[in-house]
Amino acid sequence: MTVQTAFDKARAEGRAALVGYLPAGFPSVDGAVAAATAMVEAGCDVIEVGLPYTDPLMDGPTIQDAVHRALVGGARVADVFRTVEAVAATGAATLVMTYWNPVDRYGPDAFARDLKSAGGTGLITPDLTPEEAGPWLEASDAHGLDRVFLVALSSTDERLDKITRVCRGFVYAASLMGVTGARAAVDTGAPRLVERTRAVLDRQGSTLPVGLGLGVSNGAQAAEVAGFADGVIVGSAFIRRLLDAPDERAGVEAVRALAAELAEGVRGGR
Amino acid sequence: MTTDTGSRGAVVPDATGHFGVFGGRFAPEALMAALDELTREFEAAKNDPEFTGELDRLLAEYAGRPSLLTEARRFAEHAGGARVLLKREDLNHTGSHKINNVLGQALLTRRMGKRRVIAETGAGQHGVATATAAALLGLECTVYMGEVDTERQALNVARMRMLGAEVIPVRTGSRTLKDACNEAFRDWVASVDHTHYCIGSVMGPHPFPMMVRDFQRVIGVEARAQCLETTGRLPDAVVACVGGGSNAIGAFHAFIPDASVRLYGFEAGGEGVATGRHAATLVGGSLGVIHGMRTYLLQDDEGQTLETHSISAGLDYPGVGPEHAWLRDTGRAEYRAISDAEAMEAFALLCRTEGIIPAIESAHALAGALQVGRELGPDATIVVCLSGRGDKDMHTAAQFFGLMPGEEKRR
Repeated sequence: MTVQTAFDKARAEGRAALVGYLPAGFPSVDGAVAAATAMVEAGCDVIEVGLPYTDPLMDGPTIQDAVHRALVGGARVADVFRTVEAVAATGAATLVMTYWNPVDRYGPDAFARDLKSAGGTGLITPDLTPEEAGPWLEASDAHGLDRVFLVALSSTDERLDKITRVCRGFVYAASLMGVTGARAAVDTGAPRLVERTRAVLDRQGSTLPVGLGLGVSNGAQAAEVAGFADGVIVGSAFIRRLLDAPDERAGVEAVRALAAELAEGVRGGR
Repeated sequence: MTTDTGSRGAVVPDATGHFGVFGGRFAPEALMAALDELTREFEAAKNDPEFTGELDRLLAEYAGRPSLLTEARRFAEHAGGARVLLKREDLNHTGSHKINNVLGQALLTRRMGKRRVIAETGAGQHGVATATAAALLGLECTVYMGEVDTERQALNVARMRMLGAEVIPVRTGSRTLKDACNEAFRDWVASVDHTHYCIGSVMGPHPFPMMVRDFQRVIGVEARAQCLETTGRLPDAVVACVGGGSNAIGAFHAFIPDASVRLYGFEAGGEGVATGRHAATLVGGSLGVIHGMRTYLLQDDEGQTLETHSISAGLDYPGVGPEHAWLRDTGRAEYRAISDAEAMEAFALLCRTEGIIPAIESAHALAGALQVGRELGPDATIVVCLSGRGDKDMHTAAQFFGLMPGEEKRR
């Protein structure tokens, strides 16, 4: 399934799409596949597989902890592709979320080719903006992959226009100023950012969906976000479940329970 | 843009912050508005006599500029008899070249209406300088420092706290300078409305490499004039240590159009580049992206940053400023590695021949000057950027040389 199809399906059902994030190799390569599979079974429409990186400067302590464990456990780029392959086999649209340097090192075209052949639909790139994205724009065009760039509360309308024009799949709205991590409340600037992004897309005649991430940790927040965004993105809260569980099996069940709660949330927002 | 490195010097970076293929802006979207604002404000400030006048006044009346150019005659006997001139950034207020940049950025912070500065620091020199400027201008200040570095530079932690700064030990990753940078970026993404990230070297996303260079240019501008005055001619070589590379760019920049002046940067060779335990990015690194810039870095085959090692906390960093990458690739400057042992030998030599205790960072430049002097011979004149003083390094030096009471002397 493509990301666009997943969002279209949710839209047809009158709800927001649920997007879940997990880094490959955490708590183990197989554990991450099991957790992502549980997330899909419990209602996630799209899975973002994180590529563990030594310097995740957009991530808060929870994701830092998880990717550190994945790297200590020996996670390699090949494990990311294996994970993508296994998750895509569940039928969920599967993206990779990565800082730019590992892709730069691998070679953007080779990375795109191998991601495509693993069944991945594209990349989310938190530290790449359109200004520096030339090689990725080419590679993603050559291999027919989605490219999800972020928009932020501080983005000007001019930048929103520039960014959304190169986005494919969806637009990732970072709903608060800060790094990843579960928050008690969704930032009040979030609806405004989604509204501004939609206005820019409307002027372009685009129907690209807008997903909102950073901070969502429970069903009530998911419902709140689903009230104004096309997609609800959850990462740290899933990882928290895995970190707090006594073993991998219990962690996977905790992740499944959270996904179910969030899936209900995205259906209750409208 | 042009890659001309001839008499005029090249116009780098270009409008988007690129030095050839290096530099640029690999930053989260959340910071792009702030980076644009900073670029605009810096350009405006540079051309505003009120701003430049105040900066010049602070550099003169507060930091103690111009810094001296001291001839090191006894030290020079070990450098093949070449004439060695030390650019004394160690005599600046706070004890290093860092104050040049920090005063500029602190004034810019105030100009942008922000009330808080944050900084990363390795050896603590930049942290102390930032805490100092923050105290002077009434700004809040938070300094991120790797936990390993807070231990080897404990005195500087106390200095920063004494100056009213909050010092946060960083416990992630290798717990050194690179991780302090990560943590400072995380803070900035969340606080950019009211906070300026005062980056301490010629690194990071545009405009930092350009802006920090311009604030540090004063080192070479002064040294060039002082050398002409003292010797009646330009030096044959300018030598500096390179971690991120701010003192080196500062020392080099005014000399770039002088084709006869050779430029040498000395990186931290740690236990030897062949051992893998080093921080010699330009000597042993490969092209990639780190901390917002495209440059050479120490990474593995999958783009994961490698752990670095240096006896000097200030050089213990896996990246390097993009302008150095460009100067290397265009051949305008040459970069070499100096091992921990070579640096410490030069450290001791300067102490005993000149009565000057250098920072261990700067001792890498001194060791480089010994090499270059022997190569160029007795007719050569070498300007060495003595980027900082070594008071902060007494603990490391005492351990290295076995100087603590009750210990057997190793040399």
